[in-house]
Amino acid sequence: MRGLIRAFDIAEAGRNKVMNVATTTVDAAPVEKTFLQKLGRMARRQPLGAVSGMMILIMVLVAIFADFVAPHDPVTMNFIDQLAAPSATYLLGTDELGRDIFSRIIHGSRTALVIGFVSAFVGATLGLVLGVTSAYLGGLFDLIFQRIVDIFMAFPLIIMALAIVSVFGSGVGNVIIAITIPFIPKCARVVRSSALALREIPYIDAARACGYSHTRIVLVHMVPNVMAPYLIMVTSFVGQAILLEASLSYLGLGVQEPTAAWGLMLRGGAEQFFESAPWVAIFPGLAITLAVFAFNLFGDSLRDALDPKLRST
Amino acid sequence: MHKYLVKRMLMMVPTLIGAAILVFSLMHMIPGDVCALRYAGTGGTFDVNQIEQCREGLGLNRPLLVQFFDWIGGFFIGDFGTSMWTDRPITEEMGPRILLSLQVAIMATIISIFISIPLGTISAVKQNSWIDYTVRCISIAGIAMPSFWLGILIMLGLLAVSNQFLGYGWIPPIQYIPPLSDPIGNLTQLIWPALATGYRYSAVATRMTRSALLEVLREDYIRTARAKGVIEKLVVNRHALKNSMLPVVTVIGIEFAFLMGGLVVTEQVFNLNGLGKLFVDSVTNHDYTLTQALVMLVAFIFVVMNIVIDVIYAWLDPRIRYS
Repeated sequence: MRGLIRAFDIAEAGRNKVMNVATTTVDAAPVEKTFLQKLGRMARRQPLGAVSGMMILIMVLVAIFADFVAPHDPVTMNFIDQLAAPSATYLLGTDELGRDIFSRIIHGSRTALVIGFVSAFVGATLGLVLGVTSAYLGGLFDLIFQRIVDIFMAFPLIIMALAIVSVFGSGVGNVIIAITIPFIPKCARVVRSSALALREIPYIDAARACGYSHTRIVLVHMVPNVMAPYLIMVTSFVGQAILLEASLSYLGLGVQEPTAAWGLMLRGGAEQFFESAPWVAIFPGLAITLAVFAFNLFGDSLRDALDPKLRST
Repeated sequence: MHKYLVKRMLMMVPTLIGAAILVFSLMHMIPGDVCALRYAGTGGTFDVNQIEQCREGLGLNRPLLVQFFDWIGGFFIGDFGTSMWTDRPITEEMGPRILLSLQVAIMATIISIFISIPLGTISAVKQNSWIDYTVRCISIAGIAMPSFWLGILIMLGLLAVSNQFLGYGWIPPIQYIPPLSDPIGNLTQLIWPALATGYRYSAVATRMTRSALLEVLREDYIRTARAKGVIEKLVVNRHALKNSMLPVVTVIGIEFAFLMGGLVVTEQVFNLNGLGKLFVDSVTNHDYTLTQALVMLVAFIFVVMNIVIDVIYAWLDPRIRYS
């Protein structure tokens, strides 16, 4: 959160300073605002972003403290209360094995968020480094790398992920790999276009003249300056990864029983009994939708805040 | 124009070759080989000779390059190999399913166009009003909602409505009804998966229509049109909308190419025996030859769609045609 607000500040400062880039004098440090004041300012500017940020925060807390929040054990079967309707004991009812749906959704948020964050972060970070390197080196490397990216772009995410699952098999670890790989070229393409503009700025030439290594220039001088598109990509990737994991699990090729996962909950019993027990089918899907909705909305607001070019549209 | 098209087509060749190399190497990255994994995946007991036979049948004992060119060469004579699960030629497996998936894909695209262009237009015209916010919420929800869940909700809705009005619960039949023998039955069966897929895909197109139109509405010639007294409806429909269609065409075209991705889950919900279900089955059954062929088909559709988009571009924008 602090990092995010810092990024927001940097973008803000960048906008204000655009007009006097040439001046070399360092501005007097502005009156330092407290963390809460900054948070409040951000919430006023981006009300939707603040709401979705809250939703994400709640989700993360619920996922961390799932063991304390969930009223029942998510995997213990209870054959007396099969397909019980929502009641005081079972807030959202039970599934065909008598497992409490509310508790399974809470524990499922753990699966969704772990897979979502890990694959989004790893995929976007690898894409970030590759994309910046591609822009920095240019020439043949850039050409070949961009053609490889083109090839990956010819496949919908889920087709690529399914093809990878068919090779590596299902399970949490392999699902993360399957979701991460198609993210890498996607992020690399976006980051590269920002880095291309960056390469033309004299300070890169200056760094080169100082005799810094390519690695140092890419990692220390260029990467920090493409943080805005990177952060936007990470947020939107988390939403996409959650959706992708849910789809894979729904198809039976992702997370396996008895792990609680939202997509998995919609498989089997949910489809078989949705006429007599609609709650089995409705609530897990609602959880997926809300989670993805929150991350997409947050990503949108982040884009508005960090990328002034896109403000008007 | 012809020169332009030929150039575009030639540019697609490296992508296709690259996709073939990617798919081929992915399937050869399997620890051991496809035959070993295929039999390990079944979990039962099997004869070691079976693996040898499988390797022999797939020609896995030959050098990699020979295998690759043999596989690629097959595409040109319509030979995609043999399914490892059913032992039938892959073309036979795909044949009857292509029609169904194609029909759902076309219907979904039409639905998506009918949702996205009017909604995007109204959202741009009434920018920052409550209508705009509602439309944007609808489209963000469309991206967030998994299409399989939307499919289940549609079926729940159908059940509730039919119970109310018909007195019994009705859900779309599972057995495929060919469009020629019973067009109405076919339509009532396929409209629901098309709706579930189409709504999801309309979301991106709606946002694209909105932002493209907003940009065009700020152009000078729009002000001129307004200044000379053209009524607002004509300004939007004739002057602005036509010129904002280029990016929307791209989005819709790419989405059509990517519809296979959406169909993978939707066909599962509605139990339709199309290409998407075939793809999932091939992955579940460790049918690598079929998976390979289907992934290549997706790449091929993408490449063809890109050329189609270019043709539509040239047709819509004379500047491209004459350059």
